[in-house]
Amino acid sequence: MDMKTRTAVIDNVTVLIEEEKNLLELVRKANIELPTFCYHSEISVYGACRMCMVDIEGRGILPACSTKPEDGMVVSTNTSQIREMRKMIIELMLASHDQSCTTCPKSGDCRLQNIAKQLGVEKIRFKQVNTHHELDLSSDAILRDPNKCILCGDCVRVCSEIQSVGALDFAYRGAQAKVVTSFNKGIGEVECVNCGQCIKVCPVGALMPKYQINDVWKSVHDKSKTVVVQIAPAVRVALGEYFGYKPGTTTTGQIISALRRMGFDKVYDTCFGADLTVLEEGREFLDRYSKNENLPLFTSCCPAWVKYAEQYYPDLLSHLSTCRSPQQMFGAICKDQLVNDLGISREDLVVVSIMPCTAKKFEARRDEFKVDGNPDVDHVITTKELSIMIKESGIDLNKIELGSFDMPFGFTTGAGVIFGSSGGVSEAVLRFAGHTLQKGLTGEFRQFRGNDRVKVSEIEIGDKKLRLAVVSGLANAKKLIDKIRKGEEHYDLVEVMACCGGCINGGGQPVSNEINAVSDRSKGLYDNDKMLQFHVSSDNPYIKQLYNETLDHDKAHKLLHTAYENRRRILQDDIIINKVPEDKKLSITICFGTSCFLRGAQTLYTQVMEYLTERDLLDKTEFTASFCGKQCKKGPVLSVNGKSIEHCTLEMAVAEIEKIL
Amino acid sequence: MRNDFPVKFDRVCEVLDKHKCDPNKLIAILQEVQEEYKYLPEDIMTYIATALGISPGSVFGVATFYSHFTLEPKGKYVIKVCDGTACHVRKSEEILKVLEKELGLSGRKKTSDDMIFTLETVACLGACGLAPVVVVNDEVHGSMTKEKTIELLNRIREQEKQENNK
Repeated sequence: MDMKTRTAVIDNVTVLIEEEKNLLELVRKANIELPTFCYHSEISVYGACRMCMVDIEGRGILPACSTKPEDGMVVSTNTSQIREMRKMIIELMLASHDQSCTTCPKSGDCRLQNIAKQLGVEKIRFKQVNTHHELDLSSDAILRDPNKCILCGDCVRVCSEIQSVGALDFAYRGAQAKVVTSFNKGIGEVECVNCGQCIKVCPVGALMPKYQINDVWKSVHDKSKTVVVQIAPAVRVALGEYFGYKPGTTTTGQIISALRRMGFDKVYDTCFGADLTVLEEGREFLDRYSKNENLPLFTSCCPAWVKYAEQYYPDLLSHLSTCRSPQQMFGAICKDQLVNDLGISREDLVVVSIMPCTAKKFEARRDEFKVDGNPDVDHVITTKELSIMIKESGIDLNKIELGSFDMPFGFTTGAGVIFGSSGGVSEAVLRFAGHTLQKGLTGEFRQFRGNDRVKVSEIEIGDKKLRLAVVSGLANAKKLIDKIRKGEEHYDLVEVMACCGGCINGGGQPVSNEINAVSDRSKGLYDNDKMLQFHVSSDNPYIKQLYNETLDHDKAHKLLHTAYENRRRILQDDIIINKVPEDKKLSITICFGTSCFLRGAQTLYTQVMEYLTERDLLDKTEFTASFCGKQCKKGPVLSVNGKSIEHCTLEMAVAEIEKIL
Repeated sequence: MRNDFPVKFDRVCEVLDKHKCDPNKLIAILQEVQEEYKYLPEDIMTYIATALGISPGSVFGVATFYSHFTLEPKGKYVIKVCDGTACHVRKSEEILKVLEKELGLSGRKKTSDDMIFTLETVACLGACGLAPVVVVNDEVHGSMTKEKTIELLNRIREQEKQENNK
């Protein structure tokens, strides 16, 4: 191989070209911060915003993000012509942007605001053209404000490339172009899994977490309510970034004190719920493993992944762990215990959780997690919302005296803390399983640490060989699951987290400019694990006490487990294929949902139609196509006069029709 | 009225089979489906997305990008008035105004309530020699005047009346 070093000159400085994928990265290596809206290293290059234009000698002005660095390039990033162009682009963007900056939740870390300031844009020479769009308030997790959108397409690409969901896409063209959900429905009515990765990449305030700050304040200030709060592991290593700390800095003590000063009655740790999850999921895993039943077991801690599985893998739902997530286990136990201990009603006990995640907001509102309409977790706020509440309270996080969690739900083992990082759940479950299978085994199982999005390992415990896969990012999960479905790969346990790197990179976390922010936060969690006395969840004395005193088998099942449902991707009416005005004799419905489609619903439809035509029954039959009857495992499903036939074939359908006639 | 729902849906299935449910053939599939329905119904687009294994959002994006596709049902007679340069200088605007007045339609309201007429303008049909041009469904009418337009409209209305009396 030619070992000749390649270099380029960037603003009069010679820079070595190494593995840089594009000129933008090389310019950044030369310590020049080129402005950009649409470039993100982990998604495809789009080249739309034109902010990173540079002047390349002999080639003219080109966007750095979509230009390959070449040996001998002479690049200027800040000529007067480029400066003018950039300013003009910002002015044009601002002229069609809803500039209600003072009340915008993004104000302060809005990239449009920051770049306008960086470039010294002082006035907008163009006439303001705003068409007002309604806010999309349909989702519990994500708020869309189309008035703020600058059409960079970051959300579109992250949703399809990283999460393989594609809930957002461009529609219309030219001046009418917009980022929308399918058929302009609300984002809460389509296949969005609420992961919030779109929020993380959105440079402006067009996509934001749906804040519940006011609800929380209302509860805190209501003297008749007892308000307890749980803090997820990933929050403690990220919140500090809003207050000048480096990513990964643990601020647990500061957060606890701040929450007490705000007026919360008890401050607990979601990691306690995580310890419970480890025990329940560990037992479930060992049970399934010994019976060789419903393997691989998929973890169920991530609510975005759960919704994804419900929508796209209905046939695999029996493989999903029935365990509730740590947030929901915590909520259920907390309400059950404290209501008794304090002698108050469920309504007067308010459980708030602080999460790195927007999907947790959706999870807390699921009907399965309510008792007589009262949710186990009342309000969910993200790390970002907590930072806002701390600032609203005027608390100086740097000076506050540290505090410690309340007992008993504030006591945790290191296994519960590492849940916040991709691989943490598997490691925690393995520690427990190892401990159970082989007395005295205290391995750490570090195989699943590190930044890879797919981590696979075979682990021997005693005479058992366990094959595990840890995957983060739903597009990566999809690839892995498709291989498992085809029988190309076999695992006993698969951990899925929707966000790359796990909860520490969740949609409610701070957006960091530091390249290593996610791995630094991960390290922070593993450091926390190191500092704790116990590393196996079953060693948690309060968990032991809980099982000994209150949690018998039935109660544990009721409070800590759940069931899943097949979910329609889109809320939509059925298609009426054959409409009969009067005197209909037959009414046939066929399911055309994803699962039934793959199982041959279309062929069945064609055959049944042929039969109806032959028997001259068409004008007596109303034929409807529905999008999902939620019986996906039994597809294709066809129903005749209300009676549904599972795994339906032409013969079965004909038999039923003839019976009626 | 003839019950043509199943015929159309059968065609959708045929079109999907013909293109082997290949997402790269989305535009061709949408074109052929639109020929059946005269527009792209929302539920059918969702069905196409399911069949092709892509998100309904992408189908919606393509369908709204090309002006060839329409998401609104169209009338039985689609009248296109050419407003390209050649037609425009030969006073196509007058013809458009006459049609708008006669049919009670406008730039915003393009289809009559009885679903008989849809009125559209097009940029250029490439038939500049016949300017100004009006196209009704696939039938081209050249060198149009206000009078000829009204005559044409009356002919269609008469035809409709006869069909209804049958």
